[in-house]
Amino acid sequence: MTVRALPPGTRADGPVTTLLDLGAGEIGRVTGISPACQGSQRRRLLDLGVVRGTEIEAELHSALGDPVAYLIRGALIALRREQAEWIRIERVRRPTSIGSPS
Amino acid sequence: MAFPAVDPCVSCAQHRAQSLVRLGLSPDRWDYLVALAGNPNTGKSTVFNQLTGLRQHTGNWPGKTVVRAEGVFGHEGQRVKVVDLPGTYSLQAGSTDEEVARDFVLFGRPDVTVVVVDATRLERNLNLTLQILEITDRVVVFLNLMDEARRHGIAVDPAKLERELGVPVVPGVARDGTGVEELVDVIHAVATGERTTTPYRPAQHAPAVEEAIGELVPVVDEVFPGIPNARWVALRLLNADEAVQEAVRSGELGQLTRDDSEVIIEPPPVPDRDRLLDAATRLRWELPTDFHDLLTEHAYGAAEVVAQQVQLEGVRKARFAFDRKLDRILTSRVFGFPLMLAILAVVFWLTIEGANVPSSMLATLLIDNGHTWLKGLSAAMGVPFWIDGLLLDGIYLATAWVISVMLPPMAIFFPLFTLLEDFGYLPRVAFNLDSMFQAAGAHGKQALTMCMGFGCNAAGVVSTRVIDSPRERLIAIITNNFSLCNGRWPTQILIASIFIGALAPAHLGGILSAAAVVSIALLGIALMFFSSWLLSRTILRGESTSFSLELPPYRPPRVLQTLYTSIIDRTLIVLWRAVIFAVPAGAAIWLVSNVSIGGASIAQHVVDGLEPFGLLLGLNGVILLAYIVAIPANEIVIPTILMLTVLTAGLSGGAGAGVMFELDSLGATETVLRAGGWTLLTAVNLMLFSLLHNPCSTTIYTIYKETRSAKWTTIATLMPLVMGFVVCFLVAQVWRLIAG
Repeated sequence: MTVRALPPGTRADGPVTTLLDLGAGEIGRVTGISPACQGSQRRRLLDLGVVRGTEIEAELHSALGDPVAYLIRGALIALRREQAEWIRIERVRRPTSIGSPS
Repeated sequence: MAFPAVDPCVSCAQHRAQSLVRLGLSPDRWDYLVALAGNPNTGKSTVFNQLTGLRQHTGNWPGKTVVRAEGVFGHEGQRVKVVDLPGTYSLQAGSTDEEVARDFVLFGRPDVTVVVVDATRLERNLNLTLQILEITDRVVVFLNLMDEARRHGIAVDPAKLERELGVPVVPGVARDGTGVEELVDVIHAVATGERTTTPYRPAQHAPAVEEAIGELVPVVDEVFPGIPNARWVALRLLNADEAVQEAVRSGELGQLTRDDSEVIIEPPPVPDRDRLLDAATRLRWELPTDFHDLLTEHAYGAAEVVAQQVQLEGVRKARFAFDRKLDRILTSRVFGFPLMLAILAVVFWLTIEGANVPSSMLATLLIDNGHTWLKGLSAAMGVPFWIDGLLLDGIYLATAWVISVMLPPMAIFFPLFTLLEDFGYLPRVAFNLDSMFQAAGAHGKQALTMCMGFGCNAAGVVSTRVIDSPRERLIAIITNNFSLCNGRWPTQILIASIFIGALAPAHLGGILSAAAVVSIALLGIALMFFSSWLLSRTILRGESTSFSLELPPYRPPRVLQTLYTSIIDRTLIVLWRAVIFAVPAGAAIWLVSNVSIGGASIAQHVVDGLEPFGLLLGLNGVILLAYIVAIPANEIVIPTILMLTVLTAGLSGGAGAGVMFELDSLGATETVLRAGGWTLLTAVNLMLFSLLHNPCSTTIYTIYKETRSAKWTTIATLMPLVMGFVVCFLVAQVWRLIAG
């Protein structure tokens, strides 16, 4: 286990766009995972393919609204609100369905 | 061609040290060892079944193979052992599954590692494949689900993928066996060295990382000369991978320097090992803070590049249209819950209605006819009364009872449940219910283990394996007993019909008693939520947690295979365990009723002793004794209560001391119970106690097997029992106050 101070300017919660801000069908490109998310939680997200540059589409809201299922690198993965809030994104504007063969 | 494997967990993380020796000491048992790795839900278990002929349960559910399955198959006179590893997204050892899979690929020293890759989700699957290629050269890729890919217009070029990865790639469809023959041939060729591989090596890391690796690799080589994957070891050490650090510390890593695991390598001296660890720690400080993120990014980036080159058309970004439409309905705000309740209601209705006829047929066959016939036979042979009583009245009858009550509902419930699972509906239920479970500190998948518990708590406990975070899984295990299982429904229905239905006018009696039983089941669900919440905030507070839930693509269920596997896997295994526990219970029931001390049976003494405590709880001594001796199976509680009531109250009727029985009419049962001093309070509290007491011994044993912890087993056993005592006591006191 390694502990070190966060670089100055890093904040656990800043005014950033996160996965949570995506409406159904909207796409975002990951810019990073909040430093507040650490340990096994962070590893899990990384292993699921949530890395910088990954495009994620908010696909499906559950009956109660939380969790939301996101299309991450071909798999539909449900993330809870608190997890989605850690994932920072920039919005990508383009039509959603490029499913059929070109 | 299937030889059952008899080698339990030789290479779990905990058994690693022994496993090296054990693999070496019995080389005659197989000629080579094959590991099956892959992402969750890629059909790994199906490939395993195709190879070995073993019917491992497969379901459309990520995370099925939490405990490794092993099998052996023969090929050209050689015996090949196959180990099915848990499905994982990566080998970073972030979860238990990943650790088990990684440790096996690394320390289990398979001759060949087969990576099962889902052709419809190439990029995600290649991420894992590339990680495996960093550890071992001897890899074969099985490109599965080629049919599904074709159906959805995705074309992957296997030959090109083979060139890119530098290892053999076999395309196929595991479900119908396409490509499996070829896979076996290729495994053989790679294992024997006929085919050599030149695995893909990912591009360079960032300069700072490469510099650190460049400094550490020579140290690794120096301390462990001849190690095949020094670069990988260096990277893992820089990443503070605990398992690899431990392997360095113990010197076990040295085993990797030899191809022949029979020879135990002398570990390098301790100062050398420390020097390596110190060097890694020093270099780690020079690396950027988000080093781990960079590594994962790097791996996914490499996978993306390869995937783009071999995927000819239909680069899949969106999901299948059918799945989308169905998901919109099944998880909709409006229809989601009504549909779920309707589906569950149909499953329960089919189970209860469908089980009636076969249950009574089995009871007639085994209890009415079988028992009478065996008694006649033993009388004709002149068997002494105590042998006849112990074997036939005690052991045989208890076993027959358990089978006839338990088998039919389970044989209907489990296959139905498995069909829903196979289709892919169950993960959607977990998805819809997750926020309720999250509020209680639990995982949405607990909704399913809870439903499974309505069939059988032991099966419910086993099913918690689909929950991949340790804390949430423990919560699901400990609280599963609050699901009113199949063995307890008949007790509830009988007592409610006699005592509660009678409170209403005749035509409403049925509805009132049904409402009473449903209330008990709902109380169970409420207490499950409450105790989950309590556990997650008290004793399980510090345990680690991480949520993820994959919603797999819908797949048409395979009805026949589901019937076969769910009956073998779930029904028969649970039944077998129950029968094993019913045998001593039957013997105990007969013995306490027939062995006398000081002129009265042991049962009489115990009932007298328990009576004051029983009355304090609004129950009685007979009920408490019945719950003690009938601990193996809730199914035999009522027959035992009836027998003990007749015995201790000195009533006429019944079937004799130690012979359990049930009566055909409710009226006759009521007469016996009323003669035993039962009141409405006794009935209500029995219903409550039937919900709230220790799990049956089959379930307790299963909890121990799943948690491997005496502590959690004890808590899971005592918590509901204590709750039962408290609830019954309070109800009795309030009742007596009001009733005066």
